[in-house]
Amino acid sequence: MKLTVSELECKARELRLDSIEMIAQAGGGHLGGSLSAMDIMTALYFNVMRIDPEHPMKADRDRFILSAGHKAAGYVPVLAARGYFSRDLLPTFNKLDSRFGMHPDMHKIPGCDASTGSLGHGLPVGLGMALALRLDGFDSKVFVLLGDGELHEGTNWEAAMGAAQHKTSSLVAIVDYNKCSMDGPIDQVVSLEPLVDKWKSFGWETIRIDGNDMAQVLGALKEAADRGNRGNPVVIVADTVKGKGAAFAEGDYRWHYGCPSEDQLAEARTALGGE
Amino acid sequence: MAGLSMADIEKMSARDAFGLALSEIGAENVNVVLLGADAIGSTRAAGFAKRFPDRTFNFGIAEQEMISAAAGFAACGKIPVATAYGFLISLRACEQVRSDICYPNLNVKLMSTHTGLTMAEAGTTHHSTEDIAIMRSFANMTIVAPSDSVETVKAVRAVIDYPGPVYLRMGRGETESVNRGDYEFVIGKAITLREGTAVTIIACGIMVAEALKAAAKLSSEGVSARVINMHTIKPLDVEAVLRAARETGAIVTAEEHTVIGGLGEAVAGVVCENSPVPVVKVGLNDCYGIIGPEDMVKQRLGLDAESIFKAAKKAILHKVD
Repeated sequence: MKLTVSELECKARELRLDSIEMIAQAGGGHLGGSLSAMDIMTALYFNVMRIDPEHPMKADRDRFILSAGHKAAGYVPVLAARGYFSRDLLPTFNKLDSRFGMHPDMHKIPGCDASTGSLGHGLPVGLGMALALRLDGFDSKVFVLLGDGELHEGTNWEAAMGAAQHKTSSLVAIVDYNKCSMDGPIDQVVSLEPLVDKWKSFGWETIRIDGNDMAQVLGALKEAADRGNRGNPVVIVADTVKGKGAAFAEGDYRWHYGCPSEDQLAEARTALGGE
Repeated sequence: MAGLSMADIEKMSARDAFGLALSEIGAENVNVVLLGADAIGSTRAAGFAKRFPDRTFNFGIAEQEMISAAAGFAACGKIPVATAYGFLISLRACEQVRSDICYPNLNVKLMSTHTGLTMAEAGTTHHSTEDIAIMRSFANMTIVAPSDSVETVKAVRAVIDYPGPVYLRMGRGETESVNRGDYEFVIGKAITLREGTAVTIIACGIMVAEALKAAAKLSSEGVSARVINMHTIKPLDVEAVLRAARETGAIVTAEEHTVIGGLGEAVAGVVCENSPVPVVKVGLNDCYGIIGPEDMVKQRLGLDAESIFKAAKKAILHKVD
């Protein structure tokens, strides 16, 4: 299934509303990051990745790791829409015996390749996957979605060094750079800048885009495959807006976690529902 | 094994025996991959690395990255053998072991060397005296601590074939041979090395040799002591422990580890719940190791046959009729 840019934009809009609805009925969720990363996840699952929801465990499939596991409130609707399981399950989010909650579990969510939640784990796990797949002769890609605040964790930079050393060109990291971590604007917590230069100095190919512009997102994800041919791992630094698509939340770090009010939900339905 | 006799292996350190076994297994099972953290030489996995360079991955001094990467390898069907010193796997990479490997129950083999006080002169930073307690607390984890080099060879094979996360605990130096003849090594099945009726000494790792010496001394005083080689700490051989409690009425445990959360508490927990008898624990008494030659450090800290002997006397004294 390969949607066009305009179809992807439409799909991302629907998925944003799914995410907001799911968070609202659960009484709260990681709204800001789920929405900032939605265009990236939509492009991956509806155009870029070599996957087959009918056969989710195929050995040569591309892998996706939601390293910033708290964005599961965005990820779960994407997997449902892609056909890994029924959208009817979305209201079970965070409920007892649900397949999914705030952080994804690979053994419970069909289509989920790694259990994540604690930050700074996804990139080294993805590195291991990329090395294992290469050993088996597969040309599978491993996409790792990183939060920006997550990059404070040193293990990312251990893996950044390791991936460059091992020439893990099938590994693609995407930084959802929404400029906010939990305590505030990230520049006021611990700045990541100069972020692109940091990755370059670690031996990575870098691409910088507007991560909420679908044409740029799709272009960058495809370019990452070509850049990988140079033998180096690739990072896409995607400038995004926290809470993108929910006007009440956009750019506000306090929407890292929250629950929309009735009015806010109505506003989102109007804005995203296209009615 | 590679033209080596049993006597040759008996003279080796556990880590050398591990390296030897791993290299042979590598030829038999192409899914086995070696992960190192700039200690492939000192963990003695270099034989595998030399024979199978394509299946060897060195992550540098980055144990957390290595352990997470091991999870990635396992998720793609490999059997990653991650090697490092015990304190680095259990302390530095603790959360990676718990969240990336044990929680998703991935088939990763953690090969831990220089454990306990076997690197005594290196000081407390390099002592691995909390690893059993940490690993025991993780659901899905299996913990194996072989007693000598011959058993290490058997244990490495068993661990590779055993599904799920395993922590294999090995010391640094040469081991004293305690197991006799060819025997079957089964994870979770303890080995009774000496029969006895008055007290049972349950030991793991290199403390098994000390337990046998203590039993010999007890015997010279007319006290019949059973010795159990509890090479698997989790899952514990509950049947062997309860049989010891019922048949001998007193138990001593011995481990090169803190008495908090290790073999001793595992045994005491089972005994308390099912068949209460005195359990006296030999191990580090809520303290850190000290610097010095290994044997002298162990003697000072009470990790030797003499301490086990005394503990046995105490356990017998506290028996309830």
